[in-house]
Amino acid sequence: MNSSVQEKLKILADAAKYDVSCASSGNNRRNPGSGLGSAVACGICHSFTNDGRCISLLKILMSNHCIYDCAYCVNRRSNDRPRASFTVDELVDLTINFYRRNYIEGLFLSSGVIKNPDFTMERMMLVAKKLRQEQRYYGYIHMKAIPGASPELIHQAGLYADRLSVNIEIPTDPELKRLAPEKNFKSVLTPMNQIHEGILTYKEERAKFRKAPVFTPAGQSTQLIVGATPESDRQILLLSSNLYHEQQLKRVYYSGYLPVNDYDKRLPAIQSPPLVRENRLYQSDWLMRFYEFNAEEILDPAHPFLDLDVDPKLAYAIRNYHLFPIDVNRASYEMILRIPGVGVQSAKMIVDARRFRRLNSYHLKKIGVVMKRAKYFITCNELPSKAYTWEPERLKTQIVSESISKYKKAGDTQLELFPLVLQPKKEEQKAIMVWQH
Amino acid sequence: MEYLTYDGSFEGFLTVVFECYSRKISPIDIGKEKAFQEKIFAQKEFIATSSEKAERVWKGMQNKLHTRNKELPLFAFLSEAPGIEIMLYRFIRRIFNTSFSIETDFGDPDVLELKKLEKKVMREAMRVPQFVRFQKTSDGIFFSGIEPQYDVLPFAIKHFTNRFADQQWLVYDLKRNYGIYYDLKKTHEVVLSEKSFNTTNGKVAENLLQEGEKIYQALWKDYFDHICIDERKNLKLQRQHMPQRFWKFLPEKNYSN
Ligand code: SF4
Repeated sequence: MNSSVQEKLKILADAAKYDVSCASSGNNRRNPGSGLGSAVACGICHSFTNDGRCISLLKILMSNHCIYDCAYCVNRRSNDRPRASFTVDELVDLTINFYRRNYIEGLFLSSGVIKNPDFTMERMMLVAKKLRQEQRYYGYIHMKAIPGASPELIHQAGLYADRLSVNIEIPTDPELKRLAPEKNFKSVLTPMNQIHEGILTYKEERAKFRKAPVFTPAGQSTQLIVGATPESDRQILLLSSNLYHEQQLKRVYYSGYLPVNDYDKRLPAIQSPPLVRENRLYQSDWLMRFYEFNAEEILDPAHPFLDLDVDPKLAYAIRNYHLFPIDVNRASYEMILRIPGVGVQSAKMIVDARRFRRLNSYHLKKIGVVMKRAKYFITCNELPSKAYTWEPERLKTQIVSESISKYKKAGDTQLELFPLVLQPKKEEQKAIMVWQH
Repeated sequence: MEYLTYDGSFEGFLTVVFECYSRKISPIDIGKEKAFQEKIFAQKEFIATSSEKAERVWKGMQNKLHTRNKELPLFAFLSEAPGIEIMLYRFIRRIFNTSFSIETDFGDPDVLELKKLEKKVMREAMRVPQFVRFQKTSDGIFFSGIEPQYDVLPFAIKHFTNRFADQQWLVYDLKRNYGIYYDLKKTHEVVLSEKSFNTTNGKVAENLLQEGEKIYQALWKDYFDHICIDERKNLKLQRQHMPQRFWKFLPEKNYSN
């Protein structure tokens, strides 16, 4: 290790940081007893950067040289910036030594396109191969599949990686072509389909012989950039929903567009990334994956954009006011999940606890229901519903004014005005689950 | 009606439960002998710990508890919350005395409170595998000092043994002065009589570190600084996920050359 590695690390971490996917989850791999490492199903965050994001994996580019010129990317070839490339061995060494010190859960390797897609993919694949075969490393590996790389190389990479992903970045084909002339939906979807099929084949074979070679057991994910192009939230959510159902993606990540190349006039001029919108999209995504909502329920054609003032679940409840109030002592689990202020955990606890007694608002509060919010949408033992007395629009104003005053008190940075209502809960859940496997 | 005391261990507490059952005592309160020493009670009895009796209570409970609650009594006990013993005692009595499961009766204040304490301790237990940072010493052992709020080191044994099966490691609880050492075959609980590390932040004296250790720490810190997106700075969120009391153990937060 020498100072050149240090310089490269700085450059290539800088270049990798805009990719938001951090999860190291989705797979359990036990160390057979003499190797290094294990993957746990829910992933562990080892540190948190000053922007509050989880560091779970060594997220790094193999190289930030790139022959392409995507408008939204810092690494595009027309940018004049320091460039660097790691060798395969340097990456293996860094990963192993960080891993042994418990800094990371594994490696997340991406790269600019160095000479051509195959050249790049092959070197990435070699990193994973060496880690598995020479270092007997059983930790987590997430790799980007480079669009345009040969199916054979992608297949090989899938044999060593836990997760492969292809970033779509721009949510519609014409916009993608406009901003990334060398790319189109087909070039992105082809490897995605191949990986999807690879996973299906692997699952079938696994069912027949237990020794069938593993293929990306943690599935695939993708990232969408939000706010660089004019797509509506509805378009984005329909795309995500489709990716979850058709391609069986494990995760879709949303990244608020950062004006990294503000000289490029094809891009909108904005001062700061659309963080609130990004957060609302994550919340909606969360509703689709854990709250049994479908995309059409979150946004209908008449409402193509998410309401920035209130979270999508509250927005849904206000729009569908006729479905409320919900009787917590009788309603189905699915309906209870739809009450603003009730999370997955509290919903489960309600269903469990009401078998013993009729629950009243005191119990609900103790269970963790945010009564300040839920009270407009429920009836329970003694609580007569106030719901009917509110006009939907007035109700919204009322709830917004209540929550704004709350966050004004709490915040120490500007961002606090837009609390990550659902995100922290996810981490909490993760934290608890690690011990249950 | 009696005050019962025990040595402070979980086994000791379970022994108390056993005695209450076999001798049909209903205690007014149960507490650590140390905490009760000053107080003069007319009827105070110290119950000596018995592994066998504790084992029987534990097994009995295991048969009654739902899979997801198997560890609840232990985690809740480790919270050392005031009044935890008598609360757990009432809970254990209830699970033994009812034929149906009462563990999800969250309308009962004991059940709900115990669940909350369990979660609190579990969350702390989780922080050990998160924030342990090994330093490689010149004799090849990977060492880490840490100071969890509760006595939760033992919960990390399985995880570390599986993950770092091919390296010797030692995780040391600086506050409780004991550690877990893995010698490539099995783990041992150890107490170090001589400390060749800083007992506040767990840093190993520089001359005892393996060559290259400092470089990897520096590389890690560089990585940490460069992966952050400054436009999205949010220190409050950072502190919320990574409590400040752990920072002194983390090279990315507390690197010194
Ligand atoms: S191919 Fe990837 S690295 Fe290259 S410019 Fe496009 S987004 Fe950036």
